Amino acid sequence: MKKKNWNLLIGGLLSGIMLLFIVVGFFYTPCSPEAMDNAAKFAGVSAKHLMGCDHFGRDIFSRILKGCGNTFIVAFGTVLIGTLCGIFLGAFTGYYGGVLDEILMRVNDAVFAFPSILLALVFVSLFGGGKYNIILALGIAFVPSFARIVRSEFIRCKNMDYVKSARLMGAGDLRIMFVHILPNVMPVLVSSVLIGFNNAVLAEAGMSYLGIGVQPPEASLGRMLSEAQSYLFSKPSMAFLPGLMIVLLVLGFSLMSEGLKRER
Amino acid sequence: MTELCSVIRCGVICEADYTGSRIEHADVCGTGMKGGDMKYIIKKLTTTAATVLIVSFLVFLAFSVIPGDPALSRLGTQATPEALSALREEMGLNRPLIVRYGDWLISFVRGDMGESYSYHMPVQSMILEKIPITLTLTVMSFLMMALISVPLGIYCAKHRDQFADRFIYTLNQVIMAVPPFFMGLLITWLFGLIFRLFTPGGYISYTKSVSGFLYYLIFPAVAIALPKCAMTAKLLRTSLLDEMKKDYVRTAYSRGNHTNGVLYRHVLKNALIPVVTFMGMALGDMLAGSIIVEQVFKIPGLGRILLTSISNRDYPVVQAVIVLIAAWVIAINCLVDIIYKIVDPRIEE
Amino acid sequence: MKWLERSGIRAPKSPGSNETLRKSHPTALRLRQSTLCRTPRGLADRIVRAVMLLEVKNLNIEFHDHDRPERAVCGLNLRMEAGEIVGIVGESGSGKSMSALAIAGLLSRKDITKQGEILFEGKDILNCSRSELRKLQGDDIAMIFQEPETSLNPLKKVGWQVEEALRLHTDLTKEGRRARALEVLRKAELQDAEKVYDSYPHHLSGGMRQRVMIAAAMACRPKLLIADEPTTALDVTIQAQIVKLLKKIREEQHTAVLFISHDLSLIRQLCERVLVMQAGHLIEEGAVEEVFRSPGQEYTKKLIGAIPEIPAACETRGKFER
Repeated sequence: MKKKNWNLLIGGLLSGIMLLFIVVGFFYTPCSPEAMDNAAKFAGVSAKHLMGCDHFGRDIFSRILKGCGNTFIVAFGTVLIGTLCGIFLGAFTGYYGGVLDEILMRVNDAVFAFPSILLALVFVSLFGGGKYNIILALGIAFVPSFARIVRSEFIRCKNMDYVKSARLMGAGDLRIMFVHILPNVMPVLVSSVLIGFNNAVLAEAGMSYLGIGVQPPEASLGRMLSEAQSYLFSKPSMAFLPGLMIVLLVLGFSLMSEGLKRER
Repeated sequence: MTELCSVIRCGVICEADYTGSRIEHADVCGTGMKGGDMKYIIKKLTTTAATVLIVSFLVFLAFSVIPGDPALSRLGTQATPEALSALREEMGLNRPLIVRYGDWLISFVRGDMGESYSYHMPVQSMILEKIPITLTLTVMSFLMMALISVPLGIYCAKHRDQFADRFIYTLNQVIMAVPPFFMGLLITWLFGLIFRLFTPGGYISYTKSVSGFLYYLIFPAVAIALPKCAMTAKLLRTSLLDEMKKDYVRTAYSRGNHTNGVLYRHVLKNALIPVVTFMGMALGDMLAGSIIVEQVFKIPGLGRILLTSISNRDYPVVQAVIVLIAAWVIAINCLVDIIYKIVDPRIEE
Repeated sequence: MKWLERSGIRAPKSPGSNETLRKSHPTALRLRQSTLCRTPRGLADRIVRAVMLLEVKNLNIEFHDHDRPERAVCGLNLRMEAGEIVGIVGESGSGKSMSALAIAGLLSRKDITKQGEILFEGKDILNCSRSELRKLQGDDIAMIFQEPETSLNPLKKVGWQVEEALRLHTDLTKEGRRARALEVLRKAELQDAEKVYDSYPHHLSGGMRQRVMIAAAMACRPKLLIADEPTTALDVTIQAQIVKLLKKIREEQHTAVLFISHDLSLIRQLCERVLVMQAGHLIEEGAVEEVFRSPGQEYTKKLIGAIPEIPAACETRGKFER
């Protein structure tokens, strides 16, 4: 009597819908997300404006589509940078150990001491905001965590018998690292990538909310929330809809990682 | 352990690494604990101090190398070269970096954090009155988190797979997905605008009324605490259920313990070990989270100062705030390690 | 005396109290009781039954955690007298550990059903309430397990864990508990009992931990000690020491021991009677030497054949002589 993996099912479904949403948003939005229409300020729900309009008369639905896309790009870029750098750093330090490992891990600990948002804030204050700087900033902030995970897994795996036998058969270090050990690290890595993605979404939304992420007039979920705050009483849906989108995006991935864990 | 590890923030904190390495050190040693304790604590304090030094140096380095010439940014682009070089000399910018770092560090420890570019006043006087606000907010949300999540986690573990547990599990899953600032918005809307329990934006300074100040902070504290609370409860539940499967639990039952006895006298302490780590990290996160939530509730705390200084490129202030927050986080980590040592006798170095 | 009263007999007050007799000379007690209550025939039957320390009748254990229910134990019958030492042998999966856990009252998962009767001194502990069961657990029935590495709570001092049963079942003072704990630790042949008392489990070796487990089990002078493969995780020399220790304890305290193992040679060293289990069924039962001399079942013959030669050679030299 194998139980149905509801977590994976719902999570996958949710993420699928969101991804579809995002992909559609890249190519088509019902209105231009940046076009302001004075006549349509705070317009209600209509056939033309599926979710109404904001204080500039911009179509909320289109802005959400675009905003989801922007959030997704930032989160994706962040996780990509974090994972790739993390795998390399973690693999080499974990596999070889030694002085380099000690030094890198000290630095890693130091960077790790910063909450990721804070690190991104430092970065932004030095290099300025904007979408691509945010990706870089958050990406760097995420490296230590991934490096740590990969490193500890590599340390665990490097003395296992299958590694020894691979070495006996004459496999080089690089081959052992990336052909033999890495696939064994994957299960752990996948679920932390999913969770890392969620954190990146939350961090991006936070940064954009503070006004140092994606720059206006480009749409972003966090930015929409901060704009909506002044109209919270008169038009709460302006805040709820983008917020709900963030929640759904994060929920989908976290349910999926939860489900994958149970599959294993 | 992987189960636990990924519940923890970001997967970012690899629990397996933490606990794993800690337990590796658990070798057979003598029973003389008292001396070992002191030695451990001293060692931890030393490494903590070292980490703080490294971090402060990195921050100093970043802020002295990257933004360009502080003399220029102080005088503006119309300044004459003579005036610039004079100011550089006066600010000591011509000396080697490491000397400047030493000077900066000494004066920082003495309480002189430099002068703000944009307000032309000492940084410490700007920061010091804000620290209690942010600290109160963080500690308050931490207390909320600890007080709610621990009983909730125990309850769920005890009633696992029953309706209440399933319900709380689902609720937790959703709450974990809500960013703190959106939670703040929802709370503002619900309690501020609908129920009118507080005035949004109506922050009361602690110099005016301590009770009003604390009352106003309850709401942002909830916004910060709730997501962490959900995570902690979930982690504790998982950890408790994992521990419940272990052999010593069976031994405890075989001696005639009842379920509560096993739970509170044997399992809970073991199960709390990963939770303590998580809470330590949550405390650091909450400080960072409060930066954003302060904006939602218009609280003039450290976050406000940090953000205005970032947009004004007021580097001395940014630098000071960052170093303070980093030191706080590192200190918390150290505290967690020491608590760990007290809770878990297996850690010996 | 509780059990006698429960079975409807008022024991006469006599100089050599039955309580002390019960611990030291169970057979004498049985004789005395049978002469005391000779008259009504049914009553005498009940006495004989009451004297039987442990009686398992038609025990069935089923798992329901998969599609089809799985039977771990089918119709097990087992009788043990006070002070007797009985071995159960069988390969892994034969249901021996399940039976042991059931007798110790530790099978309470919801997906397991248990049928039959387990009478401990005439009281059905399979179907009684949990609180009544708890009164017996750790006091009259104690258990030691296969894995000494993980069977002790890693965060509690050894002394605390040895004292636990005393805390739950007696009203000894703190000093009294400590004294008793040190006493049992010494009886378990742990050198430097004070140091062991104050150390954490991870300070001890596997063999020492198993001794601690035995000490903790003996803290309340149980009438029945269930040892579920107590030596499997230990190396051979330690195994022999632990077996010797169990034997010594049983001789000193007249504790009945139910010794479960897959190792027939250990059972031969320790037990008087042996039960052979296979796939949940009890297939052979008898005095150990009898079974060894003329095994009735093909399976038993194979088990005996599987004993490595070296321990047997040691035995002829008298090193492990019973």
